[in-house]
Amino acid sequence: MFVAIMLTLVTVGSILFHFFSPWWWTEVASNWGNIDDTIILTFWVTGSVFVAICLFSAYCVWKFRYQKNRRADYEPENPKLEWWLTILTALGVAALLAPGLVVWNQYVTVPKDAYEIEVMAQQWYFSYRLPGEDNKLGTSDIMNITDDNPFGINPNDPNGQDDVLIDGDDIHLLIDRPTKVLLRSIDVLHNFYVPQFRAKMDMVPGSVTYYWFTPTRTGYFEILCAEYCGTGHYAMRGWVSVDEQEDYQAWLQEQETFEEMMARNNDNKEIEIVAK
Amino acid sequence: MVPDNLDEAVNKSNSVPDLEVKPQDLYHANSFITRWIFCQDAKVIGIQYSLTAIAIGLVAMVLSWMMRLQLGFPETFSFLGPAEYYQFVTMHGMIMVIYLLTALFLGGFGNFLIPLMVGARDMVFPYVNMISFWIYFLAVLILVASFFVPGGPTGAGWTLYPPQAITQGTPGSGWGIVLMLISLSVFVVGFTMGGLNYVITILQARTRGMTLMRMPLTVWGIFTATVLALFAFPALIVSCIMMTLDSLLGTSFFMPTMVELGEKLEYGGGSPILFQHLFWFFGHPEVYIVALPAFGIVSDLISVHARKNIFGYRMMVWAIVFIGALSFIVWAHHMYVSGMNPWFGFFFATTTLIIAVPTAIKVYNWVLTLWRGNIRLTLPMLFALAFIVTFVNGGITGLFLGNVIVDVPLSDTYFVVAHFHMVMGIAPVLVVFGAIYHWFPLITGRYLHEGMGQFHFWVSFLGSYAIYFPMHYLGFIGVPRRYYEMYNSEFIPTSAEGLNQFITIAALTVGFAQIVFLYNIIVSSKFGKLAGKNPWQACSLEWQTPDVPPGHGNFGKELPVVYRWAYDFSVPGAKEDFIPQNVAPNEVPEAKAEQT
Ligand code: HEM
Ligand SMILES: [Cu+2]
Ligand SMILES: [Cu+2]
Repeated sequence: MFVAIMLTLVTVGSILFHFFSPWWWTEVASNWGNIDDTIILTFWVTGSVFVAICLFSAYCVWKFRYQKNRRADYEPENPKLEWWLTILTALGVAALLAPGLVVWNQYVTVPKDAYEIEVMAQQWYFSYRLPGEDNKLGTSDIMNITDDNPFGINPNDPNGQDDVLIDGDDIHLLIDRPTKVLLRSIDVLHNFYVPQFRAKMDMVPGSVTYYWFTPTRTGYFEILCAEYCGTGHYAMRGWVSVDEQEDYQAWLQEQETFEEMMARNNDNKEIEIVAK
Repeated sequence: MVPDNLDEAVNKSNSVPDLEVKPQDLYHANSFITRWIFCQDAKVIGIQYSLTAIAIGLVAMVLSWMMRLQLGFPETFSFLGPAEYYQFVTMHGMIMVIYLLTALFLGGFGNFLIPLMVGARDMVFPYVNMISFWIYFLAVLILVASFFVPGGPTGAGWTLYPPQAITQGTPGSGWGIVLMLISLSVFVVGFTMGGLNYVITILQARTRGMTLMRMPLTVWGIFTATVLALFAFPALIVSCIMMTLDSLLGTSFFMPTMVELGEKLEYGGGSPILFQHLFWFFGHPEVYIVALPAFGIVSDLISVHARKNIFGYRMMVWAIVFIGALSFIVWAHHMYVSGMNPWFGFFFATTTLIIAVPTAIKVYNWVLTLWRGNIRLTLPMLFALAFIVTFVNGGITGLFLGNVIVDVPLSDTYFVVAHFHMVMGIAPVLVVFGAIYHWFPLITGRYLHEGMGQFHFWVSFLGSYAIYFPMHYLGFIGVPRRYYEMYNSEFIPTSAEGLNQFITIAALTVGFAQIVFLYNIIVSSKFGKLAGKNPWQACSLEWQTPDVPPGHGNFGKELPVVYRWAYDFSVPGAKEDFIPQNVAPNEVPEAKAEQT
């Protein structure tokens, strides 16, 4: 009796916890609200299986508890029942998988007009690069990295000259504009994750990874590194601000381009030489 | 030669076929050292494996308390810095998965149970078996040594991903990681010796009448897990060797062109993702290496204590084999957001969800075994029930993470931590406990203390459920795993702090219950209630030995002959509610057994 009650309590407790938990996901701030929908669907399908199995066990434990002069049934197998259960499970699984793959297909299919920005990770912070007026990011290489050129942008690539660099500050995104983030790391693995956007992808040294999303809500959101990257992993954060057109343009005007930065670096050097 | 229709021949005539192989001379110990230390008796080796695994497992448990203290009460314990935290996470994870669970299920239970359950006098290669244990022991020593080297043990995470595993921003990137890689390689060598033994013993040394389809599911689980391990561990050992070379000789198998804390390194051209593929080609089957023996054992516990045959035995066997085979083509579901080609997601999500089907069948068959059983709520049965609840819970969250798009927001959060602890931490450990309560009377001749056992059960079951069930919801919020400290992030409600404290307190309580359990084991092995022969009235061969605990050579003068499967419980017509496997049909003429 006691055991059956405890099993029932654990089941009912889990359901109550689920519905009354104050801990639930943040309000979504991107187009990936349909990921939340697939999770809800998964909850209903799998949750009902969990509840059914636990309550069934609780019932058996109570109903078929040991009695000295009773005999258990003798039924080695029941192929019909087993096949039915197999087929039903397969259908349930298909019902989860099919919508999941549809949404995944959207996730990996980047819209043609998506605005490309680059996020560059190193231990333990993020910096960003926007394509500038020509809408093209210049090429880059770890071998080009110097104190003057921390992004390693190819100085001879005309596409790179007007790239906008954001080093040590927040990144801003324009609301409702499909955005493709190109992810690059110059040291170890990292991950670019904003809980409210629901999306993430690792950043791998030696290759460029990506994902896309459309910010749908203005606000100021925390960026977290979601791939263990060394002692400072937990402190590797950043902030993204999703802006309306006006604020966004105002912010963009203030940022420095690669060309401007190189010029500034040269000026500084000349000043140094003159000073000497 | 074996006649094709051995089963039928045995059943119909009750006559016993001739021995295929003449009885072999057994190895005999003649000194204390060869009897208890360099021993070649599988039962003793099994116990040596178990004790070593439990001892190092305790270290992993203490490490988990440290981590929980930090997470529940950040900025309270000054001796816990981020570097230590990451070292503890790594060592805790690695010890639990490899050095505790793998060693305990295969080396411990495998050695003790396989020969007894298939009706053999010992493993087929006792000497290799002995060496296997000592190599495992050496691997554990190397692992422990890494706590004491300069820089401490590695803090690379149990997945040991390069490049960070061997670069300076990670704790223990010098000595620590190299010792870890060496220890793992040594472990694989030791395991391979043991593993070949288990497989060959099961295939070659079964007693007469013990067909494959009459073996207890425990043996099927351990057998399949061992085969998986023999295929999976090579991927681990090669990746360990390659990373050791990257670290010590400056090769670039896994190392791309990169900078390290501002300095350009000499490496270039290697692929970090290649390591992840190798690691998970081992790592995913590893999950089943832990799970399949647990599946097998729990089937036997449920059947014996519900006094009913396991429901759908053949389906159960095929499900184990099918799961084992499929487990080799799902590995990249750990890598959905690793930066591999995203189109792989379609394939791996599909294969992963297909595995859910045979797994679900196993669950249905366990609970259908309870249906119309005659259920004795003994401690092993309680642990089996708790296993079902936690395993189903952890299994369904696997359907979340396996469905590639759902994994995107959840991967690398506390949802994953909760999921894998439920499914491959808590669930198999509950089976280990149930198994210890079940076979303790066979090993020592005595029961474990019931009162302490009840305490241990309720605290462990409810406590670990209380730790991990709410933890999923931290993952929904988006709290990332492997975070030394969260700070007051805006997106996390402040009440989450209270939840973290609650989890920590629950974890310490569960830890305390394990100490009671150890005390119980020590005291009961000397002073426990005497159990006598076959106290649970089970059918499988390990309980039918002439001596309890079974003596050297297991079965006395004559090896048993097997006439039926291991599940003839409550056969209609039979006087007793169980018929052991070695009882011939003509000894119980009134029983109407269907399945043999
Ligand atoms: C109640 C007992 C246990 C507690 C309180 C506990 C606690 C923890 C904690 C706090 C972490 C670190 C989470 C993070 O920062 O990401 C962790 C990680 C881990 N635990 Fe446990 N654990 C327990 C039992 C187990 C068992 C039995 C296993 C066996 C499979 C296990 C396997 C792991 C693994 C593989 C990791 C991941 C390590 C990594 O991220 O590299 N744990 N555990
Ligand atoms: Cu990072
Ligand atoms: Cu990180």
